[in-house]
Amino acid sequence: MATLRHSGTTRSELNKKLFGYFAVGITVIGGFVVFGTALFMLLHFLVKGLPHISWEFLSQAPRNNNTEGGIFPAIYGTTFLVLTMALLGVPVGTATALYLTEYAKQNSFFAKSVRFAVNTLAGVPSIVFGLFGVGFFVQFVGGGLDGLIGKGGSSAVFGHPALIWASATLSVLTLPVVIVSVEEALRAVPRELREASLALGATKWQTIWKIVLPNSLTGILTGSILAVGRGAGEVAPIIFVGAVYSLPELPTSVTDQFMHLGYHLFVLATQSPDVEAAAPQQYATTVVLLLLTFGLNFTATIIRSRIRKKRLA
Amino acid sequence: MAKEQDHSKIHTKDFNFYYGDNRALHNISVEIPEHKVVAFIGPSGCGKSTFLRSMNRMNDVIDGTRTEGIIQINGIDIYDKTVDVVELRKLVGMVFQKHIPFPKSIYDNVAYGLYLGGKKPKSEVDDIVEQSLRRSALWEEVKDRLQDSAMSLSGGQQQRLCIARAVAVDPEVLLMDEPCSALDPISTAKIEELIGELKDTYTIIIVTHNMQQAARVSDYTGFFYMGNLVEFDKTRSIFTTPAKKETEDYITGRFG
Amino acid sequence: MAPQSTGSHPFRRRKRHIGERIAEFLIRLTASVSILMIFLILVFVLREAWGIVSYLSGSSPTAQTEVTVHKSNTDAPETYGDSQPDSYGEEPAPANEPESYNPDVQETITDTSGIVPTETSSSDEPESYNPDVTDYTATDAGTEKESEPLITKTLSQNIVGEVWQPISSEPKYGIMPLILGTAKTTFLAILIAAPLAILAAIYTAFFAPRRLREIMKPVIELLAGFPSVVVGFFCLMLVADFVQSTFGVEYRLNAIVGGIGLAIAIVPVIFTITEDSLMSVPKTYREASLALGATEWQTAFKVMLPAALPGVVAAVLLGVGRAFGETMIALMATGNAAVYSGSMLEPVRTLAATIGAEMGEVIWGSLHYNILFMLGVLLFLVSFTINALTEFFVKGMLAKKFQGEA
Ligand SMILES: Nc1ncnc2c1ncn2[C@@H]1O[C@H](COP(=O)(O)OP(=O)(O)OP(=O)(O)O)[C@@H](O)[C@H]1O
Ligand SMILES: [Mg+2]
Repeated sequence: MATLRHSGTTRSELNKKLFGYFAVGITVIGGFVVFGTALFMLLHFLVKGLPHISWEFLSQAPRNNNTEGGIFPAIYGTTFLVLTMALLGVPVGTATALYLTEYAKQNSFFAKSVRFAVNTLAGVPSIVFGLFGVGFFVQFVGGGLDGLIGKGGSSAVFGHPALIWASATLSVLTLPVVIVSVEEALRAVPRELREASLALGATKWQTIWKIVLPNSLTGILTGSILAVGRGAGEVAPIIFVGAVYSLPELPTSVTDQFMHLGYHLFVLATQSPDVEAAAPQQYATTVVLLLLTFGLNFTATIIRSRIRKKRLA
Repeated sequence: MAKEQDHSKIHTKDFNFYYGDNRALHNISVEIPEHKVVAFIGPSGCGKSTFLRSMNRMNDVIDGTRTEGIIQINGIDIYDKTVDVVELRKLVGMVFQKHIPFPKSIYDNVAYGLYLGGKKPKSEVDDIVEQSLRRSALWEEVKDRLQDSAMSLSGGQQQRLCIARAVAVDPEVLLMDEPCSALDPISTAKIEELIGELKDTYTIIIVTHNMQQAARVSDYTGFFYMGNLVEFDKTRSIFTTPAKKETEDYITGRFG
Repeated sequence: MAPQSTGSHPFRRRKRHIGERIAEFLIRLTASVSILMIFLILVFVLREAWGIVSYLSGSSPTAQTEVTVHKSNTDAPETYGDSQPDSYGEEPAPANEPESYNPDVQETITDTSGIVPTETSSSDEPESYNPDVTDYTATDAGTEKESEPLITKTLSQNIVGEVWQPISSEPKYGIMPLILGTAKTTFLAILIAAPLAILAAIYTAFFAPRRLREIMKPVIELLAGFPSVVVGFFCLMLVADFVQSTFGVEYRLNAIVGGIGLAIAIVPVIFTITEDSLMSVPKTYREASLALGATEWQTAFKVMLPAALPGVVAAVLLGVGRAFGETMIALMATGNAAVYSGSMLEPVRTLAATIGAEMGEVIWGSLHYNILFMLGVLLFLVSFTINALTEFFVKGMLAKKFQGEA
C-alpha cells in the first residue's frame, strides 16, 4: 500500500475510487430515504392533525356520521382496554421473567422452550391473535363461563366479544414485550445483592421479594409502559373480539364492548362516505393515537436510559 | 493440623469442587479451629473464593457445579441431604469483596436478616441492630442517622455495615472474601482491628491477596495453588519456615 | 479429630419451606404460560378451522353443501352467540347460479381482460371483485340475504381454486389468489425495505457523523412505533396518490401501494437488527482490515457486512414474517380484490387482510368461518416456521461464527 509504483493515478485506481464513492453514496441514500420517510410521516401527521385537536375533540362523542364531535369514547375505550390488558399481562410477564432470571438452569429444556415460545409469540401475526381471541377467549372461556352460570345464546354474559377478551388477547400479544424488558431489569440487579441476601439466610423467594423485585420496579414499570404502548396501537387482534365502531354508551363493565382509537381511525379512513369532510377527524385521531403510543414509548425510553445510567454509575 | 487445645470447628476431607467439567478444588483436607482467624492466600484463580463459598454452599446458586468429599461444620456434613441450606447460611455468615449494602436504610440493612425468620418485637430488633453496629465499630458514626440510605456511607463504612449485617444474625463462622481489597488503608486498618475483636465470638476465615494482612490478622494461614491446598499451618510458621517451595516462592514474591 | 461440638445444629433438620415451594411452583407454572399459549393458539385456531373436515368428508363431486350467509346490519351487534350455522343441510339446490351473486359489489370490473390474463380459469361467470375498499362498505350495507347455492365441486378443489368469492350464491373459497396476493405484497415489501434498511444500517453504523447518527437512529426506530393502522392510513392518503401519479395506474390501491406500506412497517425491523449485528462484529475485524490498507467502504462492505451476514439474514427473515402477517396495512392499502394475476399494478388481497375484512361479517361456525380460521392456521404455521428458522439456523450460525473469537 505504501509503495506507490506509479506516480499518477492509474485507471484501475480511479475505478476503485469511483466505486468507493458509489458504495458510500448508496448507503447515504438508503439512510436518508429511511430517515426522511420516518421524519416526513411524523411531521405530516403532526402538521395535519394538531390544528384539529381541541378540548371538544378530546371530550365529546362523535356526531353526525363521525364528521363532527370528538373521539372521547374511543380514548376511554382504549385506555380501559390497555389498563385491563396490563393488569392481566404484567404479572404473568413478570413471573416468567423471574423464572428465566432466577430459577431457570441455563441449559434446561424447559428454559429453552420458554425462550423459544416467547420469541415465537413475538412473531405470530397479530390477526392470528384475533382469531385466537375468538376461538379461545370468547367461545371457549367465555362460552364455558356462561355454561357454568347457566346462561347462553342471546343472554350470554361472557360468551360474546367484550373488552375483557380483547384485553386478554392483547395481553398474550404483548407478553413478549413485558418479559423481555422485565428480564433486562432483573438482570440489572447486581448478583452481589442476591448473594448477600442469601448469605444472611434468606430463602430464594425472600431474596426475590425483598431485594430483586424492589430493585427492578422501574424496569417492570418500563415493561408495562412499553406493552401498553404496543397494545394501544394494535387493531387487527381486537376487531372481532370486542371493538365496535359506534357505541351509545361508554363501557362500564369488562363484559361490555368498546370503541378503540385505532379501530376508529380505520373506520374513519375506509368507511367515511365523504372523505373530504372526514379528513380533519382522521388526522386528529391519528395524532391522538400517535401521541399516546409515542408518548408511552418515550416515557419508557427515558426511564430505561436512567436505569442504564444508574447501573453504570 | 490443629493443635490439641484448638477445638475443631470445620473439618474437610478430600473435598473436590467442579464447575462443570473444570475441577477447581483438588482433595482439600483441613481442620479449622474454633475462635481463630484463618487466612487463605494464593495467586488469582487458585480456588480461594471457591473454597470459601463452598463452606456456606453459596456455590449452589451457580449452575452445573458439583462437589465430592466432605465439609463438616460442628461435626455435620453440610453437603448432606438432610441439611437445610438456609439454616446453614445463618450459621455461616459471609462478607463479600464488593461492599454492596442493600439499597435500604442503614437500620434496615442490619435488621434484614432478623426479619427473615418472621416478625420480631421492635425493641429486640433495635437492640440487636445497636449491638451489631457497635461490634462492627460503626455505631458511633451512624447512630444519629440510622434511617439514612446505606448508600450515603463511605466505602469503608459500607463494608463495616456489611459486617454488622452478617453479625446481626449471630453466626458462628464468618467468611470474608477479600473484605479490604476495595478499601483505603485507614478503613483497612479499622476492619483488621475489628477482625481481631470478632474472633473471640466467631471463627473467621478470610481470603486476602495482601500477605502483610494475612500475617497481621490470622492465627493460621493456608496457601492455595492451582486448586490445591499446598500448605496449612500456624501463620508464624508459614511466614518464617514454609515447608513447601511454592509457598516460599509466593510469600517472598518470587512467584511468576 | 473433629469432636462433636457442644453447639446446637439448627441446620441439621431440614425445614419444609412450604411458602418457598409454592412460590417456585407458581413461578414455574406461570413461565409455562408462554409455551401453553403457543399450543393454545394452534389448537384453538385449528379447532375452529376443523369444521372444514366435515364438509370435506361428505363431498364427493356431487355432494352439495349449502351455506347460508347472514349479513349483519351496520349498527347491529356482531352475530356472535350462535356458533351453529343456520343450516348445514343437504338440500339440493339449483345448479350453477350464474351472474347475480354478490350483489353488494358496487363496482364490477368487466374490462380487465387485458390486464388480467389468467382470471378466467375455473369459472364461467364473469369475475367480479371489489376494488378499493368498497368491499368493506359493501358488506356493511348488505341486509339479510338468503341464497340457496351449492358447491358443485369438492371443497378441496374449491379451496385450491383461483376464485375467492365466499359471499355469493355459489361460494368460492379459492385461496390461490390470496396466496399470490400475499406473496406479491411481501415480495415487494422486502424488495423495497431490505436494501434500504441494510444500506441505512451500514450508513449509521460506519459512515454517519456521530451527531447525525444520534438523530437518525432514534427517528428510524420511531418508525417501528407507528401503529400499523396509521401506516395504512398514510398509504391510503398519500402513497396511493403518489403511486398513481408516478405509474399512472388504473386502480388507486394496488399491490405496489400495499408493498410500500408493508415496507414502511418492516424497514425499522430490518434496520435495527442489521445495525445491531453490524455493531456486534468484533472491533478487531475492522481494525485489522483498516490496518491492511483497506478503505472504510471496503471494510464495511467486504469485511463487516459478510461477518454480520447471519444477523442480516435473520433481519430479513423476520421482515418477511412481519410483512406476511401484517393485517391493517394490507387491509387499507392493497385494494382488497382477490385478483389472480401477476400484475403489480392491480389490487390484491392478502391472507391476513381477508381474515381482517371478513371475520367481522361471517356467521360463527359457518364454512366460511372455518375457512377463515384455516387461513389463520396457515399464517401461524408460516410465521412459526420463519421464526424457528431464524432461531435455530441463524443463531447457530452466529454462535459458530464468533465462538472462535473471544
Ligand atoms: N462461576 C464460575 N464458573 C466457572 N468457573 C469458575 C467460576 N468461578 C470461578 N471459576 C474458576 O474456578 C477457579 C477458581 O476460581 P476462584 O474464584 O475460586 O479463584 P480465587 O482464588 O478466588 O481467585 P481471585 O484471587 O482472583 O479471587 C478459576 O480457575 C476460575 O476460572
Ligand atoms: Mg476470589
